[in-house]
Amino acid sequence: MSQSPDKRPLLEVEDLRIEIPNRRGTLVAVDGVSFGIAEGEVLGVVGESGAGKSLTGSAVIGLLEPPCRVAAGRILLEGRRIDDLPYQDMRRIRGREIGMVFQDPLTSLNPLYTVGRQLTETIRTHSELGERAARERAIELLREVGIPAAERRIDQYPHEFSGGMRQRVVIALALAVNPRLVIADEPTTALDVSIQAQIIALLKRLCREHGAAVMLITHDMGVIAETADRVAVMYAGRIVEVGPVDAVIREARHPYTHGLMGSIPLVGHEVSRLTQIDGAMPRLNAIPPGCAFNPRCPKAFAPCRRARPELTESGATQAACWLYDEAAQRDGTHG
Amino acid sequence: MAEAAAAPREPAAADALPLVRVEGLAKYFDVSPPWLNRVLQGQERLILRAVDGVGFAVPKGKTFSLVGESGCGKSTVARLVVGLYAPTRGSIEFDGVDMASLRRRAEIEPVRKRLQMIFQDPYASLNPRWRIGDIIAEPIKAHRLIEERTAIDRRVGELLEQVGLAPADSEKFPHEFSGGQRQRISIARALASQPEFLVCDEPTSALDVSVQAQILNLMRDLQRDLGLTYLFISHDLAVVYHISDFVGVMYLGRLVEWGPARRVFERPQHPYTRMLLDAIPDLEMTGRRRTPVAGEVPNPISPPSGCHFHPRCPFADERCRQDAPHALALPEGGEVACHAVEEGRLERR
Repeated sequence: MSQSPDKRPLLEVEDLRIEIPNRRGTLVAVDGVSFGIAEGEVLGVVGESGAGKSLTGSAVIGLLEPPCRVAAGRILLEGRRIDDLPYQDMRRIRGREIGMVFQDPLTSLNPLYTVGRQLTETIRTHSELGERAARERAIELLREVGIPAAERRIDQYPHEFSGGMRQRVVIALALAVNPRLVIADEPTTALDVSIQAQIIALLKRLCREHGAAVMLITHDMGVIAETADRVAVMYAGRIVEVGPVDAVIREARHPYTHGLMGSIPLVGHEVSRLTQIDGAMPRLNAIPPGCAFNPRCPKAFAPCRRARPELTESGATQAACWLYDEAAQRDGTHG
Repeated sequence: MAEAAAAPREPAAADALPLVRVEGLAKYFDVSPPWLNRVLQGQERLILRAVDGVGFAVPKGKTFSLVGESGCGKSTVARLVVGLYAPTRGSIEFDGVDMASLRRRAEIEPVRKRLQMIFQDPYASLNPRWRIGDIIAEPIKAHRLIEERTAIDRRVGELLEQVGLAPADSEKFPHEFSGGQRQRISIARALASQPEFLVCDEPTSALDVSVQAQILNLMRDLQRDLGLTYLFISHDLAVVYHISDFVGVMYLGRLVEWGPARRVFERPQHPYTRMLLDAIPDLEMTGRRRTPVAGEVPNPISPPSGCHFHPRCPFADERCRQDAPHALALPEGGEVACHAVEEGRLERR
């Protein structure tokens, strides 16, 4: 489980704001997002498409695609600021200290190079190993992520691997130089269920063994439940709730989290209708004032339309909701 | 059951009679290299057996789901059933009529409008240059259900309301809608010809969970109100559990097991079904012990001999490697194709 709370987190994100300037003005895609991930901890980040979870991940690794830009806030890795580093310095950190796993393994592998060449190149760029030692290490890595006959398969091209095997190669690539932090953006979404379970188990085992911090971005609550220690729920560019994974799943405080959980069909739970959150997440150019969720919220009351709630301690989790704010609360017992 | 006013349908006399019956259905694709390469390089013909002997029945007003991993042939079955592909072998019976026996257009048309399809990708299945009203009106015009312009508009408005959109939306273009709304439009279009049978190929897998819940609820409401029968294709077992009355599990072109949904989920018989169910990420975190899932789906061009599942099956023996198992009827309904279950080597759950 998570490390002692007094220890400084490995990754700290403070008040992150990501803007997308366009002809008609500036859209704010991520606004005031703060979180930390401790060593050996898996932080799940969930939310629907457009909630800003992938942008947050890209900002951490310094790979935001222009015109997106970090407009405010700080990102610290082991206490050191990494969001304002020059390109070359960031590039070094990205290989050596931060590993990445993306959704589509085909786009993160170069189809023209053998798997072995891509692995050894990464290893040699970021360490002192020679060609032969790097190849040994590459084979060892492939074996570690569960690729059978690694010494033969290392000389094959990405197209010769199946989807699940490719994702293993990507994970091997991300772990090639023992990164301190791994950003996994929808690592299992493109895979079949049986392969999904294998990849989740693999990620979990590797983090435990390497002691890396993991930011796991996904829209699949099942994957989060199985893998993460803590979970942050994002909605319209903000974290609306964050806390230990079982607390968020079982006793969600924020009405959005609550609705999200109810909308997931579960094997073994017979329900005639799923809980439905009416409407859709607002577009970036039409985020309502106050709490962004208020037009869809079944419990919205006056303060929700006036001001934006901040994350506050409430029960086992932190929720950004006026329902748990004493001052905003008149009739006391909601929910 | 079906609204009498909606369409001149046969009264639902016998509920036991299946609306759709599929028997020994097969679809082979020729994926051989070009003739010249075969001659010059001595390459052989390659046949992909996408669907290889699938049989099941869908009772009227119920939902039958096909699940399986990618490449198992479930979408091919969907396309065969609506007639987008011609079967290599086997028969598809719709309301007692063998679809293959219908040759002339005049015979096919009345049957065809009774079955419709909803596709996975709501971004690809709507013409971006057409207004929503025209998209939804197309089946009405194609089947000449209503001739008069104002009556068509009224019907389009009704259909839009039925799927939770506004009649005014008919003036808009697809790009003005979100994924979930587009899928509602696809459903409205499918309902336009007043079908009895809807084939839904992964209708929610491109959507976010909260939107998925909206669409699944809508599909249930429509089934209740219009007495629709669904063939539902999905890889998401939780969605299938939620929506289905019957479930069929496919593996490499064959149906390994089918039966009432509850039975399949509570007492899965086939080792592959058991493995799939064990692999679902668990929201409850009950600490359920997982059977380690080994291996991946083999290449369907050269499937394993005998039972296709034997290389991944912990219970496989010599017979499994040689003979393909036949479907064995189960006492609770449905069938399973497994030597180990048949011989009692595998304890019944």
